[in-house]
Amino acid sequence: MNTELLEKLSECVEFGKINLASPYPPQMKGQPGADEITKEALESGVTPTEILNDALIFAMNKVGQKFSENKIFVPQMLLSAKAMGASMVHLKPFFANGSVKRKGTFILGTVFGDLHDIGKNLLGMMVEGAGWEVIDLGIDVKPEKFIEAVQQHPDAVVGISALLTTTMVNIKPVIEAIRAVSPATKIIVGGAPLSEEFAISIGADGYGKNPQEGVIWLDKHVN
Amino acid sequence: MKYTKLAVSTPEGLLFGNALYPVTTRRGLVIGGGSVIPELNFTLPPMSINSDTLTAIGEHYKGIVTDAIEHARHLHAPGVIFEFETLLEMTQTPSIGIELVKIMNDVCEENYIKHGFKSEIRLTPNDLREFDRPPLNRTSKYLDAMWELFDKGSLAGGDLLSIESTGGKEIHDDALMTCDLKTSIFALSVLGVRDMQFLWSNIVAIAKKNNKIAAGDTACGFGNTAMVLAEKQFIPKTFAAIVRIITAVRTLVAIEQGAVGPDKDCGYEGPFLKAITGTPISMEGKGSACAHFSPVGNVAACCADLWSNESVQNIKLLSGMAPTVCMEQLEYDARLMNQALKHGKPAANLLQQLLAESDQALDPQALILTPKNVITLSEEIVKGENYIDASVRAAKKGLDIIEEAYKSGQLLLPEVEVMWIDMLRDSLSDIPTDESKFVEEMLPTLEGKFIPSEYGL
Repeated sequence: MNTELLEKLSECVEFGKINLASPYPPQMKGQPGADEITKEALESGVTPTEILNDALIFAMNKVGQKFSENKIFVPQMLLSAKAMGASMVHLKPFFANGSVKRKGTFILGTVFGDLHDIGKNLLGMMVEGAGWEVIDLGIDVKPEKFIEAVQQHPDAVVGISALLTTTMVNIKPVIEAIRAVSPATKIIVGGAPLSEEFAISIGADGYGKNPQEGVIWLDKHVN
Repeated sequence: MKYTKLAVSTPEGLLFGNALYPVTTRRGLVIGGGSVIPELNFTLPPMSINSDTLTAIGEHYKGIVTDAIEHARHLHAPGVIFEFETLLEMTQTPSIGIELVKIMNDVCEENYIKHGFKSEIRLTPNDLREFDRPPLNRTSKYLDAMWELFDKGSLAGGDLLSIESTGGKEIHDDALMTCDLKTSIFALSVLGVRDMQFLWSNIVAIAKKNNKIAAGDTACGFGNTAMVLAEKQFIPKTFAAIVRIITAVRTLVAIEQGAVGPDKDCGYEGPFLKAITGTPISMEGKGSACAHFSPVGNVAACCADLWSNESVQNIKLLSGMAPTVCMEQLEYDARLMNQALKHGKPAANLLQQLLAESDQALDPQALILTPKNVITLSEEIVKGENYIDASVRAAKKGLDIIEEAYKSGQLLLPEVEVMWIDMLRDSLSDIPTDESKFVEEMLPTLEGKFIPSEYGL
């Protein structure tokens, strides 16, 4: 294992240094970013699993921690996610041939009748940064679309969000529809008007008060 | 831009309950004519909207208005505006929205005839167009339903017409999450402005045809999304404050097109509109904590003509139903402001000063809403040679105000925020004032995210 390269890569992801050309962060201007260092690491024999676990997920955990402690804002976290994405491009063939694995698959969508997606997008980004594959079905997602995705990814966990009092009630029929075809599928729900009690009452397995809690729940209850 | 100078040029003149051009409703409520009037907002509790629940929904709305008026009368309130902001299904099927307006208006009318109590309905159809991604702002199939609800809903009793329009939001949400001020200005001052011109020319025409009041818009989906994200510490408060200032340039367009006020309650950009145009405004502050938290609970009242609670679910609390509870809270706030007005301008200005001072040092979003800073920033807006220039000028001035207050110890700003002042200022340095140059520059980065022809581009 080339510790120095992994540390460098981890630093790039933590501070959002995407590639050589990216101007951010100012203190790393002109230096290679996650893109170049990942390439170099693979060429020097570092394994994709080491890159994923010891650099990328390690760095994103630090980023998540800083965000939880209000030391950085979402834009900075997004740059870290972009840097991770630049690295992941090089790992894609290894995911495809199965030599490196993600924690799992997370299917995500805003319930039908609801157009709000900022919280959902944030959760998706954070879950991806935690090492999951994220399949974002978008907004106004009908039960059939969730079912189709669950059938394609039988082991996936499903996340459903709503922001209105008149759309939160739409989550229950979606859960029922998913359970009818895949009883074992784990489902987490979230959104401003929801509560843990409501989540339990509609048959969800988990509730995320905010995106950070969503990630913690996934890691704790699914892996 | 139509406005080149301020209608109200002093902070003291920008006083609650008093607008240069008051608006009188058909039952005789004078908005901005010397007193503050409550505006009650409400929504349904968790429930589905379908053919099986329509009767229950009608009962909810009738009950809300009946109870609120009864309590308002008990409190000797001078009157109340009810904002009916429709939910998706009520706009998609306009007959539902129209019927609900009628149900509520019947209660208003009955109380007017029996007791002389003045109340009106502000009808706010929700903007359905964002259901398409990217939205078809000018050719959407949803527009017919929206126009029908504006038209027939106003005839059914919606005296004031408003909308929370969303043109430009399809690119603005991402701009918020990345704190991309340049894209935010493009969304608000190019796309937003163009969409407002289209929407409000139509809404004003409907209002004129039906002898109703074209009230105003709100940049809630832009400025309040930023405020709520900042409240959760997802984005810097400084950025949210600057976005708020820019929203004023966009929402001003409704008035340029013929709206007369009051703008919608959740448009915290209202004070800028009042300074620039003299129209009355609706504001919400501490009473909107039932819907969302904010750092501007008191300062928001400084210039309010209507005083609102944003939205509350119709659920039972210990004292009564939640909207009735809000009715009481709003009336007590309004009563205090009106009592200050009765004591004359010095007393009212003192209350205004206290409302501002109690919030302004704690958050940049409150700081930029003090009457003094509203006047300063509005002066920058009207100096703008076009909407983009106005936005950039006002944003720069806003950053100066925040930096000066921070450096002089008059504003608490967490250390993590401070670096953003310079970063945001830098991002303003290369924005072309010329609209076509700006469009040309932004198009490649936003390809597929919005449809230029839907904005007349």
